[in-house]
Amino acid sequence: MATAQQVPLVDYLVLGDAVHLEANECTSCKARFFDRRNACAACFGTQFSKAKISNSGIVRSFTIVTFAAPGVPVPFVAAIIDCDGTSVRANLINVEPTPEKVSLGMKVQLATYSLGTDDNGAEAIGFGYEPAL
Amino acid sequence: MATDDIYILGINMTKFGKYPDKDVVDLASEAVMAALADGGVSMADIGILAAGNLMGSGGVGQMIQKQVGQTGIPVYNVSNACATGATALRTAIMAIKAGECDMGLAVGVEKLAGVGLLGGGGAPKTPGKQWAPTGRYGAVTNVDGLIGTATMPGTFAQVGMEYGHKYGGATFELFAKISEKNHAHSTLNPLAAYTKRMTLEEIMNDIMISYPNTRPMCSANCDGAAAAVVVSGAKLKTLSREQQRRAVKVSASVLTSDPYQEACQVLPDVNTLTRIAAKQAYESSGVSPQDLDLVELHDCFATAELVHYDNLMLCEEGGAVDFFNSGATWRDGSTPVNVSGGLESKGHPISATGIANIWEICHHLRGEAGPRQIEGAKVGLAHVIGLGSACGVHILEKSAL
Repeated sequence: MATAQQVPLVDYLVLGDAVHLEANECTSCKARFFDRRNACAACFGTQFSKAKISNSGIVRSFTIVTFAAPGVPVPFVAAIIDCDGTSVRANLINVEPTPEKVSLGMKVQLATYSLGTDDNGAEAIGFGYEPAL
Repeated sequence: MATDDIYILGINMTKFGKYPDKDVVDLASEAVMAALADGGVSMADIGILAAGNLMGSGGVGQMIQKQVGQTGIPVYNVSNACATGATALRTAIMAIKAGECDMGLAVGVEKLAGVGLLGGGGAPKTPGKQWAPTGRYGAVTNVDGLIGTATMPGTFAQVGMEYGHKYGGATFELFAKISEKNHAHSTLNPLAAYTKRMTLEEIMNDIMISYPNTRPMCSANCDGAAAAVVVSGAKLKTLSREQQRRAVKVSASVLTSDPYQEACQVLPDVNTLTRIAAKQAYESSGVSPQDLDLVELHDCFATAELVHYDNLMLCEEGGAVDFFNSGATWRDGSTPVNVSGGLESKGHPISATGIANIWEICHHLRGEAGPRQIEGAKVGLAHVIGLGSACGVHILEKSAL
């Protein structure tokens, strides 16, 4: 449940009753972008609408990061998820970060978690993908 | 030789390694002076200078001129990620092709020893103050480590793993074996930063950086420079027979950027632009992948080398794992790849790399590679890729003399 006190980690994470990721979709060729574009990188069209990204997907690629910038907790699993044709970059969460537990092609689903509360009482919400039930 | 052909007349790379007492201008000037001497020419002959230095403050071309000769010629300071050196070379080649001059100089230099992990940005914030959205994605904190990774080892690990997802067979051990090959090759290269042979076990048991890349499977950050003098066929005809004999023909010089692909916003696509560059290079030179006596490709990580076997069409599409397992890419194989030791052992001083790999090919085509000479080498290919992305492919052929 989102409240006025929750803020998403990034603006393409839509909180609320039906949490999902959202992209700017080119109305002519359907290419999707998580940031703003002046024109579509694929077809140069200039009309975009909001599109909801599927909450389930498969792991198309991953790496288990054990060496990162100072302050970034390791290990973590970085992955590329194919969400019904739209590729998403995210961490795999709620799974042991080992090559035995994470595999290419595994089915995953969107999940959120708290990043902590700021001085104004606002809670940041992050997202990742966890093994599908 | 055709008058409109382009040749490498002189070329040099410094030894790659650590140079605490030299700055980028010292290293670049050393390579430039040696390339000019190698070509038997001087700065008075040079009509254009293209210079690359990615991590510096800019304007390295003019700083080099102050060390080697200020003649008022146009200077192009270029920056194109890890393809910067190849871009500098191609800039000089284009100036000659355009008829602006008949001889040009390209140089790439980097001081990278000890810089550590590249890419990814900083750590996430700890709660406090205010979660305020900033940037193109409205992020309330640094996202590396929260939304996947943009570190170089992590990015290229995913590039290799994605190939495994598509075609299978790309195991940790396979990637480590690619690294084993390049470290074995490096033992014959006195200019490599690291020349120690490593066993498969040593490689797999070394520090894991970003699975499946352990430390020796990552390119080595180091210092170095490389420079090349390029000349038109028409001008080369006026030079000595010895200069003509040692000149190496640039049969193809191609630079591409990444065309739109569905996933390129979340994982840089290093495949499509390499495949397009290779296709253009083969078509314009009339050389086929089977003709290549040696290849220097951009093994910034062991996981990257695998995909480029396929992208450069050295094997059937989807066949890179079998191709490697056949032994084809070892120095005694059918298509020796990275006989210099590659970026994993020779080192990767970013802007120097795209000229240093040309130097390696030229060294063999001239028959001057000593103990690591690929016997009878007549044709070679040099490839670099920079994230963002930029890809340079050059095909080089031995002089007909």
